[in-house]
Amino acid sequence: MLTIDSVGKTYGTGDKALTDISLTIEKGQVVGLIGPSGAGKSTLIRCINRLVEPSTGHIYLNDLDLVALDQNRLRQQRRRIGMIFQEFALVERLTVMENVLSGRLGYLPFWRTYLRRFPASDIENAYRLLDRVGLLDQADKRADALSGGQRQRVGIARALAQHPDLLLVDEPTASLDPKTSRQIMRLIVEICSDYHLPAIINIHDVPLALQFMQRIIGLRQGRVVFDGAPSELTESVLTTIYGAEDWTNMQKQHEDDLDSEADATARLGALRS
Amino acid sequence: MRLEDLNWQYRSRLQRLAIWFAWLLTVALFVWCWNLMTRDTIWLFVWDAPTQAADLGSRMMPPRWSYLPELMQPLWDTLNIATLGTLGGVILAVPVAFMAARNTTPSRLLLRPIALGIIVTSRSINSLIWALLLVAIIGPGLLAGIIAIALRSIGFIGKLLYEAIEEIDEKQVEAVRATGASGFQVMHYGIVPQILPAFFGITVFRWDINIRESTILGLVGAGGIGLKLQSSLNVLAWPQVTMILLLILLTVVASEWISAKVRSAII
Repeated sequence: MLTIDSVGKTYGTGDKALTDISLTIEKGQVVGLIGPSGAGKSTLIRCINRLVEPSTGHIYLNDLDLVALDQNRLRQQRRRIGMIFQEFALVERLTVMENVLSGRLGYLPFWRTYLRRFPASDIENAYRLLDRVGLLDQADKRADALSGGQRQRVGIARALAQHPDLLLVDEPTASLDPKTSRQIMRLIVEICSDYHLPAIINIHDVPLALQFMQRIIGLRQGRVVFDGAPSELTESVLTTIYGAEDWTNMQKQHEDDLDSEADATARLGALRS
Repeated sequence: MRLEDLNWQYRSRLQRLAIWFAWLLTVALFVWCWNLMTRDTIWLFVWDAPTQAADLGSRMMPPRWSYLPELMQPLWDTLNIATLGTLGGVILAVPVAFMAARNTTPSRLLLRPIALGIIVTSRSINSLIWALLLVAIIGPGLLAGIIAIALRSIGFIGKLLYEAIEEIDEKQVEAVRATGASGFQVMHYGIVPQILPAFFGITVFRWDINIRESTILGLVGAGGIGLKLQSSLNVLAWPQVTMILLLILLTVVASEWISAKVRSAII
């Protein structure tokens, strides 16, 4: 399905972001990419749709080398790769519907999209997707009028409007509160299994990754240091990925979150009784 | 270190001395400039100024109201010069702005410097001077005024618009690009919605300035109410001058009110 073959990326400043990354992702597989910030997670998924140009290596989507494509054919392939962003990256001043329909831009000529004359089938499908993410009644609102969780749902609908073969998801929950994070993550995973879509999901939140991913890849300083099932992700592996100090801090943070959540639930319970 | 030894002062001794010296220099400079400025002044005329002003004022009053109907056509011309000139300026400024903005220019080495050059040229020459040149080239009349206003507006609108383009949120643009959209589609969906409020604000602001500027273009023969002002001044018809100035004041207040309304409606 997707094969990444010894991809490397060195930025113009000489920083080596990725070194010799090789991966294969099967149809319908949801892969979590974990690692500390600066490990190259964002760079790796941006190399796949070439928002960042890889310096070396090849990336095959359905046996077609994406790295070798010229701009025109790259655009055709980008249509098949849906992307979901950390800070939603919706066009804020357009409506929810326009944002979802913007997933169709690559399939339509400029004049049609300029006049917003989208084919009836695209509009029908956009409504179906908005219904799927639970925003049918928000279609005509402006994107900047929505809450964070709602915006990310629009982002998901936009990616799905492309009829993608692959989803790239960059820190989908980093701008959301813990509860909304779990809802959004559950939605993404459900949709992937509904459509049998493979997905690569950058995620810094390890508990969330353990809960939702089928396979986890750990990145450290631009190299793959772990690739396996969530159950194989042991304490020592996490220490390798994050470094001893950071991993302990993350655990502590997570425990604090759980404690305060438990505390809040207890207080709420006391109020009710 | 003991706390008692610490002594906080707003400025050190040296800084205080420097500031005092700077003040001294400023005063000395002022005295010198004043002497230079008033070397050729004939003080008799200056002491006489209030009387002269009062005299002129009495001759300007009351305004000649019967002149008003005659001013309507030139006023309409002036409004047309400003509006059509702004429109022309906008049409020319938009591509220039996209070429000048760092993040949208097709070529940093060639087109961007050209676009910036167009902006600087247009901004550095006053409308009145553009009009003088154009009256010489295409003859007196409204067309010269419209083109003068348009040429002057390119720089203003182009500069503010390209700054707005450079300040957009690139994440939204990246997201549209990731869908496989073409260059023009990325521009239309990713960039245009972000700069639209700035675009309308800038355009209405420039239209408001252009109304003021077009009122004087007639002085050099480029049509509009300025022509009437010039002919009245030439024959020392002061009541008519008052009438014209009142009308200009009213027009400017009206245009300012409209532009404020439009801008608050956008934001």
